[in-house]
Amino acid sequence: MTTATTGTTPPAEGAHGSPHTRVEGPEKVTGTARYAGDVPFAELAYGWLALSTVARGRVRPVDTASVLAMPGVLAVLHHGNAPHVNTDYAGMLGPPDPTIAVFQNDRVPHRGWPVALVVAETSEQAREAAEALVVEYEEEPHDVAFDAGRPDAYAPGGPEKPDVAEKGDLAAQLASSAAVVDEEYTTPEEHHSPMEPHAATARWEGGRLELVDSNQGSAWIVNELAKLFSLDPSSVRVRSEHVGGAFGSKGVRAHQVAAVMAATVLQRPVRVVLTRRQMFTLTGYRSPTAQRVRLGADADGRLRALEHDSLSLTSTVHEFVEPSAGVARVMYDATAHRTANRLVRLDVPTPTFMRAPGEAPGSFALESALDELAEQCGLDPIELRARNEPETGPVSGLPFSTRNVLACFREGADRFGWAERDPRPGIRREGHLLIGTGTAAASFPSRAIPSTAAVTAEQDGGFTVRITAADVGTGARTALALVAADALGVPTDQVRVRIGDSDFGQAMIAGGSMGTRSWAWAVTAAARDLREQLALGGSVPPEGITVRSDTAAAIGALTETERHAYGAQFAEVAVDTATGEVRVRRMLGIFAAGRIVNPLTARGQLVGGMIWGISMALHEEAARDDASGATVGADFAGYHVAANADVPHVEADWVTDVDPDDPVGIKGIGEIGIVGAAAAIANAVWHATGVRHRHLPIRPDRILRAEEDRAGARRG
Amino acid sequence: MDPSTSSDITLDINGEKHALLVDHRTTLLDALRERLDLTGTKKGCDQGQCGACTVLIDGQRAVSCLQLAVAAEGRHITTIEGMAEGGQLHPVQQAFLDLDGYQCGYCTPGQICSAVAMLDEHAAGWPSAVTGDVRTEAAPPELTPEEIRERMSGNLCRCGAYVQIVEAVTRAAAERTGTRPDGIAEKPADPATEVSA
Repeated sequence: MTTATTGTTPPAEGAHGSPHTRVEGPEKVTGTARYAGDVPFAELAYGWLALSTVARGRVRPVDTASVLAMPGVLAVLHHGNAPHVNTDYAGMLGPPDPTIAVFQNDRVPHRGWPVALVVAETSEQAREAAEALVVEYEEEPHDVAFDAGRPDAYAPGGPEKPDVAEKGDLAAQLASSAAVVDEEYTTPEEHHSPMEPHAATARWEGGRLELVDSNQGSAWIVNELAKLFSLDPSSVRVRSEHVGGAFGSKGVRAHQVAAVMAATVLQRPVRVVLTRRQMFTLTGYRSPTAQRVRLGADADGRLRALEHDSLSLTSTVHEFVEPSAGVARVMYDATAHRTANRLVRLDVPTPTFMRAPGEAPGSFALESALDELAEQCGLDPIELRARNEPETGPVSGLPFSTRNVLACFREGADRFGWAERDPRPGIRREGHLLIGTGTAAASFPSRAIPSTAAVTAEQDGGFTVRITAADVGTGARTALALVAADALGVPTDQVRVRIGDSDFGQAMIAGGSMGTRSWAWAVTAAARDLREQLALGGSVPPEGITVRSDTAAAIGALTETERHAYGAQFAEVAVDTATGEVRVRRMLGIFAAGRIVNPLTARGQLVGGMIWGISMALHEEAARDDASGATVGADFAGYHVAANADVPHVEADWVTDVDPDDPVGIKGIGEIGIVGAAAAIANAVWHATGVRHRHLPIRPDRILRAEEDRAGARRG
Repeated sequence: MDPSTSSDITLDINGEKHALLVDHRTTLLDALRERLDLTGTKKGCDQGQCGACTVLIDGQRAVSCLQLAVAAEGRHITTIEGMAEGGQLHPVQQAFLDLDGYQCGYCTPGQICSAVAMLDEHAAGWPSAVTGDVRTEAAPPELTPEEIRERMSGNLCRCGAYVQIVEAVTRAAAERTGTRPDGIAEKPADPATEVSA
């Protein structure tokens, strides 16, 4: 059995650093863990959303009489009768995406947008009624065609603050380079697809609005709902005990807003659960990207010019940027350096954050281009990266807190057997299989956001931690128990961690690889204070002794620095030249990602991220039909995510990398695993076949067409 | 409820009989979740593509979203809530817990039900798409990681816990044929040391 231990991390003192099974594990393996759609309510009514069948236009007045007469139907909400919501505010992520403000007017901004909510006594009744509801439209011409040559592309952020960073004379440096790579790379529309569909139950209870939800941060949802419905935040409570995956998709969405509206109108609990098909238009997604990378280098591989230009799309009503060009601002310096993120607005749903937004598609393009440059220079890809290690942030000029990317490559190369690799492409054949190996670097920012926590010493000798954290599968609940036990100096089983309840106060969401770092900081601060108080002696009263923390001042005092997690990805692939199928045979990722709190769950998260990389490289692709504006095959048959048989043995491990400015030393590991993984696989496919694949996913038809082109060229 | 669109049925679930009046449109999955408060069985896609709703029907795995409740009458249904016996986790459950064969846990009940039935299928000599010798007289194939991956591919896990799922099923399979013929795993004293060993 492969273990979660590592030879390079020194034995940690105390509870954290030792593998620990999930504290909620027994509930999860016995089916007793209640997710949002599992919590029973008396008098529960079921809401079912009806979605637009046009991509752009206006909804005509909705005739609800026949549907209201159907068995069990309680209400039909639509733009003609729904409660008003306010969207004129700035939340944690800025102004809200207007597509969550359902039923406010007759405009349809994209296909599959909610035009009505049907509420009934049972889900069967609600579903049939929603399907029976006839909604008519004044349809307008739409435009959903994304491509690199869009003349209407623009730099987001406005003229004052465009998302462009540049220095040096790019044309001059390219002209004087001995080796030049100038290629376009594309990635398709990708969907988060957590296994648990979005689900929310809203009710009014004792004058408060309560939401049982599946989200990445209950305090965040409270703030947004309070603003949308013009309520005092203290009169809203959101709970989210177990979350069946999120990956960036579980913020405020149309179904929660619709559930609150219906619960308010009907004055009884209303649950709205999205169908798998509805998730493809209502929960965000990763924009497709068209990226151009230009690299110019001296013959020894040292970069003179680096340009990374990325185009992504957004909706007509909200600006969201997939910042794919950002990764170059961290990874590689050059005399002339230009990075730009550009946007085009189309009649599509608004995209959103999806695991490693920017870094995932950006690293595919940049790390593929580096591999092409290594080929041109006749250099080993790892040596090329070693020659281009920057001293300071390429754009910021700031020092790095710790930057152990080369340590990752050294450890990884050793364990993967990289030294024995013959760099020549297309020469390893096993029957009709071609075999190759590839590598790529990874980076992801490490940030912390102010959070509050409470730690209570109970009279029975135990301790209770309360924090509005979310465990979306990361193992946060367990990690925080280990962190608290360590700070308190007690065994882990004396610590009970309660999360997922907005009444515990403001805290960071589970997102941006910032959750555990932000929460652990707050929990550590409260636990250390409590430990000092207890050390003074005295007895614990019946209500316990509670210490609260707020990390705003400590985080505000951090010096500005380039703080990132790093990694080195390695992949071996077999390419079937008869069927075009690419199979990953093995993968290894070595990461420098700060202190690892729980090796058991950390390994799972890192390996899971790498499996996302396999899925991104070979499988995931949402196709949008230009004629209808709809996603074609919006389900798990039409949108394949890696299944068990697609995944070989994947190993993840880490090198010592302790952040000196963080009280726990954490950097965050939620996203680094996917970064560079698709590039490592694409580079391995080149090594196997001798053909560069610059468009994801690397589908069988793309392999076969490339093989045909090569055969034609030989005959030619 | 309208008697032309509903029926009184009795479902046999985890050895208990449940009498209920169901809408004919009600799937077995919705009957379990919405009517009987057996919410361990999860709805991931409601169209037979993800495996989260896997239960055992007469000992064989089935996606409960594609079964109507009225058609399940007279069958023996086992859900995740019925896997542990006498407070003792099933060896597959224990292996998922010890080896971290999950992250968010939402696909886990389906994965576990699927694995339990899959081990029976394998023991009964059923081949899979990756089995080399599929003649009926051939011995059951060795339960390699490749065989487990293939046989467990009807259960999607978006968190990407496949590597640990294969490890957990491998351990449970070994226990089944190994030292404890009753199929009950000895609970490790400390799961943490078990993993780091």
